[in-house]
Amino acid sequence: MLNIQNLQAGIEGRQILRGINLEIKAGEVHAIMGPNGSGKSTLASVLAGKQNYEVTSGSVEFLGKNLLALSPEARAAEGLFLAFQYPVEVPGLSTTNFIKTAVNEIRKYHGREPLDAVSFLKMMKQKMALVNIDQSLLSRPLNEGFSGGEKKRNEIFQMAMLEPKLAILDETDSGLDIDAIRIVSNGVNKLRTKDNAVLVVTHYQRLLDYIVPDFVHVLYNGRIVKSGTKELALELEERGYDFIRNEADVEQEA
Amino acid sequence: MSKDNYDHVETSMNEELSAIEKTVLSDYKYGFVSNIEADEAPKGLSEDTIRFISAKKHEPEWMLEWRLKAYRQWLRMEKDEPRWANLKYTAINYQDIIYYSAPKQKSKPKSLDEVDPELRLTFEKLGISLSEQKRLTGVAVDAVIDSVSIATSFKEQLSELGIIFCSMSEAIREHPELVKKYLSTVVPPTDNYFAALNSAVFSDGSFCFVPKGVRCPMELSTYFRINAENTGQFERTLIIAEAGSYVSYLEGCTAPMRDENQLHAAVVELIAMDNAEIKYSTVQNWYPGDKNGNGGIYNFVTKRGICQGLRSKISWTQVETGSAITWKYPSVILKGDHSVGEFYSVAVTNNHQQADTGTKMQHIGKNTKSRIVSKGISAGYSNNSYRGLVHVGRKAENARNFSQCDSLLLGDKCGAHTFPYIEVKNKSAVVEHEATTSKIGEDQIFYCNQRGIDTETAVALIVNGFAKEVMNQLPMEFAVEAQKLLAISLEGSVG
Repeated sequence: MLNIQNLQAGIEGRQILRGINLEIKAGEVHAIMGPNGSGKSTLASVLAGKQNYEVTSGSVEFLGKNLLALSPEARAAEGLFLAFQYPVEVPGLSTTNFIKTAVNEIRKYHGREPLDAVSFLKMMKQKMALVNIDQSLLSRPLNEGFSGGEKKRNEIFQMAMLEPKLAILDETDSGLDIDAIRIVSNGVNKLRTKDNAVLVVTHYQRLLDYIVPDFVHVLYNGRIVKSGTKELALELEERGYDFIRNEADVEQEA
Repeated sequence: MSKDNYDHVETSMNEELSAIEKTVLSDYKYGFVSNIEADEAPKGLSEDTIRFISAKKHEPEWMLEWRLKAYRQWLRMEKDEPRWANLKYTAINYQDIIYYSAPKQKSKPKSLDEVDPELRLTFEKLGISLSEQKRLTGVAVDAVIDSVSIATSFKEQLSELGIIFCSMSEAIREHPELVKKYLSTVVPPTDNYFAALNSAVFSDGSFCFVPKGVRCPMELSTYFRINAENTGQFERTLIIAEAGSYVSYLEGCTAPMRDENQLHAAVVELIAMDNAEIKYSTVQNWYPGDKNGNGGIYNFVTKRGICQGLRSKISWTQVETGSAITWKYPSVILKGDHSVGEFYSVAVTNNHQQADTGTKMQHIGKNTKSRIVSKGISAGYSNNSYRGLVHVGRKAENARNFSQCDSLLLGDKCGAHTFPYIEVKNKSAVVEHEATTSKIGEDQIFYCNQRGIDTETAVALIVNGFAKEVMNQLPMEFAVEAQKLLAISLEGSVG
């Protein structure tokens, strides 16, 4: 589904990603962990096509297409979803209206008619139950005055509505208490199928208790320095990132 | 987002265009010229011009005298042309303007079907059909091209209720007693330079009288269009709501693209008696000039209503997207005890447009209330100013005002300014003012992009969200149209 080859990228002339290689297949859950500043969020931003990030080398193939040649909205329409670490507020724009526009813009991209109001509401009702979100939240302006937990839940609801092929969860656990983490993870797990994939970007292991990864990768200094199964996450939790730092630095010197 | 009482944001003008700005630098969609033969006055302004206009309109002697008096007044006000607004423009040459231009019609049409097909086509291009189909939407339309009112639909239905809705010219001929009684009682010719000019040369406009206890069953609407070259349009509108009545009125405006600047100086007067309510909505889309700031309408307008009676209410809603220059302060004099004044405004400026707009709320009666919600949106190299006065008189016990002035900036070459003036002479008054300035962020656009929404649509969503509180005040029939207009005013090629 997603094939990243030697991806190098940075911002404002500063290189952050120094050659990422990663392959994600349908049905898989991958986790990327790493200390602050290792490039985790940069990777998520580069994949989603955020402005100001510059790819200097490498390639990214997504469902057979050259992802880097697509606009951010085309990437979304092709099935790439980013759950934001800091969901953005848009005062006055109702959450429902925003999601309806998104759903219909993506349908338009695929040459399909927009959903009529009745079908849309039906779909919303169904997905609301799935991710346990309240109607009242959806009639409020997009993310405005939402609590941290509400914002993240809204991200997962949007994911449910847009039915992406690949969902990237960028630090979705940050700022959430354990109950909120459980609710959000539950939503993500319910949305998993054999045809889609999830890339979890996180600093802490605790989210991975709920969204259990098939593979764990450790990002350090812009490179994946270690890959393994979910046990690697537990090891990191126990030993901290220092042992990765030491190993990586030793390797680099050699 | 900053939040304080006096916002003053200025930005530099020499950096490269960002993606957002490319999106908002747009073209005017109403810039066609209709090939309609016009009957015009010679260029320039003199007593002869005024006699010409008055004669063309078969006005009674008293009206001509009234105009001439206003003209002489205007001449004496030469030094009073307002310079205090935050606007920059080349001086207007008042002798270079045609003050009267009427589409030539073979004879006065008896029904809508007899209106010149070319004129009908113009209206269809504007998206307003004069045909009886309008019955379905429940909107009565009075259409004014250049200087003359063309046709008024639904007149009969309204007259059954005793409502008079016609052009100002017709009102002067048919209802002189009402015109004499109310004209210029709210905006006297001496009020300001442009009001004096308008009083001298006003060509047409709408007149509406709603009798005691009648609730007008449909939206009344006027469509103004400047078509002929070098003309100014000076419409004059007067609405009177007798005790216990209600009327909702909407005006729309467009103009063709011209390289020269055209002048528009209107006067609107509203009078609300005991328990009466007038809701006045404007969707102003005069030609704003091209991307380099050439051409466009100079829009100098005096709009004022008086809440004459007890518990009366006047509400102004405006969506201002057009004009090169906008100078406009729809105001309410709160004379009746317990009367209410409201001002809801969205002003969009793009490219090199300039707007200095706001309101005056004058609290005179006891327990009077006013509410001001102003949303300014600036893009391109434009400048957008809110200027408002809240005045509480000595005898205005328990006056209340709430003002909310928000500015949204698209890009970093435009400006947003807020000039709130507050004068309180009664200690029981409560006056609140809130102001915010924010920028459409790259992060908001990216968030929308990431959900599959392109930048143009994203800007429209964000802007409409920002303006929602005001848009909600528009009559349903026009809210959708106005939303589209906001998007069109800000759209362009995506960079």
